[in-house]
Amino acid sequence: MKDTPLARSKIARSEQVNGWLFVMPALALLGIFLVYPILWSLWISLQVGKGSNLHFGGFANIIRLFGDRVFLHALTNTCIFFVVQVPIMIVLALIFAVMLNDSKLWGRGFYRTAIFLPCVTSLVAYSALFRSMFEADGVVNNALLALHLIAEPIQWLTDPVWAKVMIILAITWRWTGYNMIFYLAALQNIDQSIYEAARIDGIPARARFLRLTVPLLKPVILFTSIISTIGTLQLFDEVNNITQGGPGDATLTLSLYIYNLTFQFMPSFGYSATVSYVIVAMVAVLSFLQFMVAREKS
Amino acid sequence: MIPAGKLANRALVHAILAAASFASIFPFYWMVVGATNTSADVIRGKTSFGANLIANIENLLAQVDVGRVFLNSAGLAVVGTVLTLLISSMAGYGFEMFRSHVREKVFALLLLLLSIPFAALMVPLFVMVSSAGLANTFIAVLLPSLASIFIIFYFRQATKAFPSELRDAARIDGLKEWQIFLYVYMPSMRSTYAAATIIVFMLSWNNFLWPLIVLQTPEHKTITLVISALTSAYTPDFGVILVATILATLPTLILFFVLQRQFVAGMLGSVK
Repeated sequence: MKDTPLARSKIARSEQVNGWLFVMPALALLGIFLVYPILWSLWISLQVGKGSNLHFGGFANIIRLFGDRVFLHALTNTCIFFVVQVPIMIVLALIFAVMLNDSKLWGRGFYRTAIFLPCVTSLVAYSALFRSMFEADGVVNNALLALHLIAEPIQWLTDPVWAKVMIILAITWRWTGYNMIFYLAALQNIDQSIYEAARIDGIPARARFLRLTVPLLKPVILFTSIISTIGTLQLFDEVNNITQGGPGDATLTLSLYIYNLTFQFMPSFGYSATVSYVIVAMVAVLSFLQFMVAREKS
Repeated sequence: MIPAGKLANRALVHAILAAASFASIFPFYWMVVGATNTSADVIRGKTSFGANLIANIENLLAQVDVGRVFLNSAGLAVVGTVLTLLISSMAGYGFEMFRSHVREKVFALLLLLLSIPFAALMVPLFVMVSSAGLANTFIAVLLPSLASIFIIFYFRQATKAFPSELRDAARIDGLKEWQIFLYVYMPSMRSTYAAATIIVFMLSWNNFLWPLIVLQTPEHKTITLVISALTSAYTPDFGVILVATILATLPTLILFFVLQRQFVAGMLGSVK
């Protein structure tokens, strides 16, 4: 083909056409199953009424949120879950990763595989598993009693505080190894001579961890915290299958509440859409905040 | 000789890692042991093997059509994985290999949409699916997940390493664009496809909330829905539940041990 303006514009056009052809199926699906529903949801959140009997209500649903005790309970629980659970898990994952980054460590492969293994379970399956372990006379209480860590069995399923602890233990079990492999991968990219130099300078291990490792891993730590926080904000499978949100509403999360509002009770689509936008807003704010923190410090 | 302080330090490292490993593995052991015990023994926390395995299996078979359920889960996961990889890798390839101003803007928009939680979509999607007459169909389970922004992003990143000389050479050989994608790009990106397959298969096999909303009748149930139903029974039979849990866990566990490296690569994919 000659390099004439006409030939060039023909190539440019074919590039355009092909570019769109490759991305079109995905864009069409995303348009129908992501963009349209999220916009529809915004519109429907302004409607009040039950079932299909809806009419425009303006901000009525938002006002209803503030007086809805169940919603406030679900919101508090969701926040407790991520405020408590995410830092515990990130710190544990970091510690394990730093320990496992030592290539001379005996049994390193075994430890790494073992700690990662919970990630292969499905959320529902491991929830059922945990449900079976936390009975009042169950294996977890037996172990704690045998170790003299507790004097009497903990009522994991019927005590509102311990039920939350159980959920936090469960999520931590499932996701710590997942976060750990991100840190291990990042640690392998760090130039070991930095550590050599610090060691020669006589900087103790703990200071090396806090002053070198943590700052160097900051982008990954941030990334994993965002992912984990977003995940925790959407917590559903575990609470639905371990506690059904109980006892009372002690482990009810926003996702479970939306589900209940829509599929358990007489559906009120407008109000459940409003609650779902609370999650959207929280996810957006948190992602933005963490992004800014990362930028400011670097 | 190793100094005492260093020795104590090493002992502490091993103690911590051994404790973490024990806590990580014990539930798997518990799952297997519990499947051989009666529900009463599971509730009592019996940690030794029992003789109730056959009875638990029979009990499960009496309650649910296990073959059907397994086939439903596997079929959804396989079909979903193949289509998701095809559609999303095409888009990743398209965004990276055919750049244009407009498409870059569209891509930036996709990254913004990445953080939309499913919780915000379940109500409108349910209304859409039921008004389209697709409630209680497998197609309704599949459709919303076929275009995955995450996988599109993953493939676009990986495509940066795909040598464009390969494409140019194929063009000179007279291959059409779709042929280049199918016969040149796909084979050369095998490891990316392997890693992505694992992520998508896992997500699909373990999918719960959306199938819970869409699939209502027993003949449509998947393994996660069955476990959930068994667990929420008024008096759950834990022996039976743990047998079902093994069934749900075994495929992904095998996948992990066979393809360990790709498995981890898939999970790490997004930060590279």
